Amino acid sequence: MNETATASGYNFAYLDEQTKRMIRRAILKAIAIPGYQVPFASREMPMPYGWGTGGVQVTAAVLGPDDTLKVIDQGSDDTTNAVSIRKFFERTAGVKTTTKTTDASVIQTRHRVPEEKLRADQILVYQVPIPEPLRFLEPRETETRQLHALAEYGLMHVKLYEDIARHGRIATTYAYPVEVAGRYVMDPSPVPKFDNPKIGDCAALQLYGAGREKRIYAVPPHTKVKSLDFEDHPFRVQTFREPCALCAAEDVYLDEVVLDDRGGRMFVCSDTDYCEQRRTDGHRGKMLGKVPLGGEAA
Amino acid sequence: MTVHAFTDPVFDAQKVFRAAMNVLSRPGTLVPLEADVRPPAPLSLEIAALALAFADHETPIWLDAALTSVSYVGEYLKFHTGAPITPHPVEAAFALVSEPALCPSLTSFTAGTADYPDRSTTIFVQTDTLRSSRSFTLRGPGISGTAALRADPLPPAFPREWAANRALFPRGVDMLFAADGWIAGLPRSTELSEA
Amino acid sequence: MYVAVKGGEAAIANAHRLLDHERRGDPSVPELSIAQIREQMTLLVDRVMTEGSLYDPDLAALALKQARGDIIEAVFLVRAFRTTLPRFGYSQPMDTDAMFAMRRISAIYKDLPGGQVLGPTFDYTHRLIDFNLAANGEPPTPKESDSALAGMPHVTGLLDQEGLIEREPGAEEGSPVGDLTRDPLDFPAGRDLRLQALARGDEGFILALGYSTQRGFGRTHPFTGEIRVGEVEIEYVPEELGFAVLLGDVVLTECEMINQFKGSASAPPQFTRGYGLAFGRGERKAMAMALVDRALRARELGEDIKAPAQDEEFVLAHCDNLQSTGFVEHLKLPHYVDFQAELELVRRMRAAHAENRMDDEALEAAE
Repeated sequence: MNETATASGYNFAYLDEQTKRMIRRAILKAIAIPGYQVPFASREMPMPYGWGTGGVQVTAAVLGPDDTLKVIDQGSDDTTNAVSIRKFFERTAGVKTTTKTTDASVIQTRHRVPEEKLRADQILVYQVPIPEPLRFLEPRETETRQLHALAEYGLMHVKLYEDIARHGRIATTYAYPVEVAGRYVMDPSPVPKFDNPKIGDCAALQLYGAGREKRIYAVPPHTKVKSLDFEDHPFRVQTFREPCALCAAEDVYLDEVVLDDRGGRMFVCSDTDYCEQRRTDGHRGKMLGKVPLGGEAA
Repeated sequence: MTVHAFTDPVFDAQKVFRAAMNVLSRPGTLVPLEADVRPPAPLSLEIAALALAFADHETPIWLDAALTSVSYVGEYLKFHTGAPITPHPVEAAFALVSEPALCPSLTSFTAGTADYPDRSTTIFVQTDTLRSSRSFTLRGPGISGTAALRADPLPPAFPREWAANRALFPRGVDMLFAADGWIAGLPRSTELSEA
Repeated sequence: MYVAVKGGEAAIANAHRLLDHERRGDPSVPELSIAQIREQMTLLVDRVMTEGSLYDPDLAALALKQARGDIIEAVFLVRAFRTTLPRFGYSQPMDTDAMFAMRRISAIYKDLPGGQVLGPTFDYTHRLIDFNLAANGEPPTPKESDSALAGMPHVTGLLDQEGLIEREPGAEEGSPVGDLTRDPLDFPAGRDLRLQALARGDEGFILALGYSTQRGFGRTHPFTGEIRVGEVEIEYVPEELGFAVLLGDVVLTECEMINQFKGSASAPPQFTRGYGLAFGRGERKAMAMALVDRALRARELGEDIKAPAQDEEFVLAHCDNLQSTGFVEHLKLPHYVDFQAELELVRRMRAAHAENRMDDEALEAAE
């Protein structure tokens, strides 16, 4: 059998063909049953559990030689784990990589949905730590499986309502549960709830991989995804008081950067590619020019 | 003319998978299937490529009467995929249908369980055309507004059979239709109505 | 001063070079060879093979060298290698009755067919640091036995002759054996999968669970029926030959615990079993595994499930040290997106809280 290899001794994209077939079958089922967590025989990967083994396996099963891969963590291409995963696929699959969202055909992400609107010819692969949205309400798999089978999601509503009773608002800010296509309640992975609206009616296919927990799930393109809420407490995303200090973007998710030990703060785009593109396009934030940008100088 | 499986097993399988993933993600959309295979007749190139890309020793295959009548077909699939051939549609992970008009009722296949709706049959159907003038309207996940399915011929009593399958959701079977080097998908989540 | 985080690639490469440097230690000290680790750190090598579920002493020794002696890191290397190996088939079940034992003891009979063979053991040594070893003291040559070891039937077999112990549960001839590295674990899991998970499981975790059953958290009244350590042959039947061929020997440690059972409506009072098996010399692991195996049979034997060691989901979901360490250590990865979301919420809630207080104080003042 001619199994093409880039890194010597390993198949294209590391996984053997039998494993890829098993993962691909799980992906087809996940697409056919939006939001349902398909069990799969997750393999031991050369990176630790909890560091993206699920996303890496999904990406490895999807990837072809013509793909261009982008990997982000916390919205950034340059966080250490994103660099490490990107390197892994450069080595084992020899695919082109990019930091530009618009140039990528496959984007693997941890904790963010890119700000740029995704297209139909793109695939977004999420790394998922705990795929079960009900896990912290009910630790037993045997119980949560039953609850999903019966579409019995009262527990989740009770939890959210307790928040309102105690805090006056829903106190879940990330990994905010959603209902997919009117049936399954799904954990969108720990993205800030700011990103939830981008998951619904997205032109791109979204795949979710949880390696340690051995689950794959999906949201097909243009699928209705509703963040759980109540009539008197509708779902709301976070808002920021000021625009990005570097590119002046509004309506984006911002990281808070501590500038000194006297309370100095600035807010900058969490999506680094989006921020760079805006600055290239001539947008100017109020701190731009006042601070050296390590990466661009380097 | 000798029969053969994928000439490039790694990349052919990947391309076929991406095509199948795309059509199931976007019900009704036609996607070309590029793979270099030559199966024994009456197994079509498209259905063979799908079986080679997805089946192995973990996935029993069911063959319809026309495919069963030629022993080469079963042998070809067993040799190249390692998949067991089952005479019982209810045991099949994949069902290969070469004559849609004679396809058994969708309820003869397995729809999975309420706990594990993924443990269901995926049916690959060879049709004459995916561009028939007779069209069904599709709605559901993967579709912005509406889409159309123009596969012809379809299994008997199809709109009714499919409505019954849709009513089982999240249980149910999923289907892929093929003709002339193209495929289209119909996942269980899709609602189908006469146009 | 804010510096946009960049240059991650260079930082990672540098960190890994520094790691290699640190691993080597002082270059004036001779480098460890794989053979030295394999021959002189045998119990460590055995543990890495057991939890790595791959019998290859040289590979385990190399992994330990690369991992600077960190067991879990070495297990990780071995497992990641193992997962890429092609699978040709499955060996015949191993016959531990035919073990060439270097150690075999029973705690329930003073003497028994095959005898008590103490073998190389730390038991009964005085744990005094031996400063002679620091001076590279060569040990004296061991005494050789003048009598050859006879057959060693399993102790459980002797009890079985009287019908005092249950038949080996869940071991039907020819029934397929599960493999949790190939199929996702499903609950309730069969005993085959439970034993596989325990065999691969972290020794410390399994040990603590086994210990907890002795302290009342799921008591099973265990006796050590037998522990045996030695070489066992592996046979394989190639499809094209149709008969078994010998692949080689592996060293195994096997422990059979014998536990009390009051009996039930359908079963008369009799002893029950717990089973432990480890690659190489892994007596502590095999004993702890046997205790936990028996505790996990609570549901099957109609016992109340109250303790962690009896809780299949709890034990199987948490016994794998790669899963545990990966997820615990992933907390090192950046979480600033989620933290930002929490920060914003806490600030907002604090502002609302302060406002309410001011309102309350204003009210009080007005009253």
